[in-house]
Amino acid sequence: MDSAFVIEKFILVAVIFGISLVIAMYSTYAERKVAAYLQDRLGPDRAGPFGILQPLADGVKMFMKEEIIPTSSNRFLFIAGPGLALLCACIGTAVIPWGSPVLIAGKTVSLQVADINVGVLYIFGVVSLGVYGVMIGGWASNNKYSLLSAIRAASQNISYEIAMGLSIIALLLMTNTLSLKEIVDQQHGWRWNVLYQPLGFIIFMVCSFAETNRAPFDLPECETELIGGYHTEYSSMKLGFYLFAEYINMFVSSAVMAALYWGGYNYPGMDSMAVWLGPTWAPLFGTAVFFAKICIFIFFFMWVRWTIPRFRYDQLMNLGWKGLIPLAIANIIITGVVIAIIEKF
Amino acid sequence: MESLSNKKKVLEQKPLSFMERMYLPAIAKGMGITISHLFKKEATIRYPEVEREFSTNFRGMHSLKRDENGKERCTACGLCALSCPAEAITMIAAERKPEEKDLYREEKYAATYEINMLRCIFCGLCEEACPKEAIYLDGPIVPADYLRKDFIYGKDKLVEAPLEMKK
Repeated sequence: MDSAFVIEKFILVAVIFGISLVIAMYSTYAERKVAAYLQDRLGPDRAGPFGILQPLADGVKMFMKEEIIPTSSNRFLFIAGPGLALLCACIGTAVIPWGSPVLIAGKTVSLQVADINVGVLYIFGVVSLGVYGVMIGGWASNNKYSLLSAIRAASQNISYEIAMGLSIIALLLMTNTLSLKEIVDQQHGWRWNVLYQPLGFIIFMVCSFAETNRAPFDLPECETELIGGYHTEYSSMKLGFYLFAEYINMFVSSAVMAALYWGGYNYPGMDSMAVWLGPTWAPLFGTAVFFAKICIFIFFFMWVRWTIPRFRYDQLMNLGWKGLIPLAIANIIITGVVIAIIEKF
Repeated sequence: MESLSNKKKVLEQKPLSFMERMYLPAIAKGMGITISHLFKKEATIRYPEVEREFSTNFRGMHSLKRDENGKERCTACGLCALSCPAEAITMIAAERKPEEKDLYREEKYAATYEINMLRCIFCGLCEEACPKEAIYLDGPIVPADYLRKDFIYGKDKLVEAPLEMKK
């Protein structure tokens, strides 16, 4: 492996890591602004113009707070929990194709850290690992509310992973590949998967709301019942890590949804744009389109959060097991039959 | 049992219909409502920079008035303190010396006059009780402060500015 390759990948990793952290940081600001505007308020506007320095102020606040580790907690796991949550949230970005290869200084650079041929499976693995951060944190706190929340998080994630996996199988029947890069490249121009798999997309989206513990499925951290849930006992930056992990998860699942169903960096008229902008700027424009799609999804996450009240626990389980899983199986069957008919004739 | 008032209404919880169990139509409707609020004018007033307009009979901070010659109107009769339901007003009366003729309107005046703004309920009874039209609650909102002692406003904060300073 030559050193240029290592340096190139290292720079890419650093840039993607930085971008996802900044986006997560400003998601906290955007969440508060969106909440405010949807409720006819103004939101944070004191720190800097329009309050854009608010995330920095929040970060400083988190770092400066007193750090409390309860004496009855399991010290090692208590510290490992938030770290694991943040780690699992961040490593999901590795397989997402951020853009088509760019020509920089006479060298074609791939905008994907690792094009592994099981990209979709990797994403699923990382997402299901993410619940361990919550579970370990909730258990190690030695607090009954935290434990209840950890159990809720675990059962919720397991239930919705099944429906999520089944909804993606219908997509894989069409694409014949598990590589995210190839799936995105197949959606060239207007041939976005959401047009062929609308039901699959809706199931996938509902499941990703549940996987990221976002409203209306934010049962693991509901303030009213579980006084904060798994992060009840956390303070200072460890609490910050948990909150941060949630926003990074939101960013990653928005990116996955945009890549799998909404064409990733593809947009209508991209061929004429590629001729017009040249091999350096056209892929970067595609990346900008991809990020715009991600931002729309993040806004959608927030919009839903400030509209829909939280589901009751039995409603959550009913929806997952009796609603989404049969729907996803029906979707697979329909997709399979249609593909068989098309191939026959 | 029969209801006496005829206002009793028996609610029955019907099982959700198919459309309701889909959740999506109701969610779409709700999201339509929230997005419409995105374009409405916000109700917030950026307080320290922008102040809300008060009604004309708003009762704010007290001010001790001067007469047309710039002399203090208050004669320390104590009716305001007596009428105050919160007992927020205290004063010490003093006799005017001949050389202070331009400062105070009558022979008796308030040497100290203190209002505890934490006790005051801004009812305006002092204003009504005053026979000399010396006190009015026509100021702004009493500002916030850090110490309790700083909320006891003396004559330095209450008395109106002298006439020549006003011009």
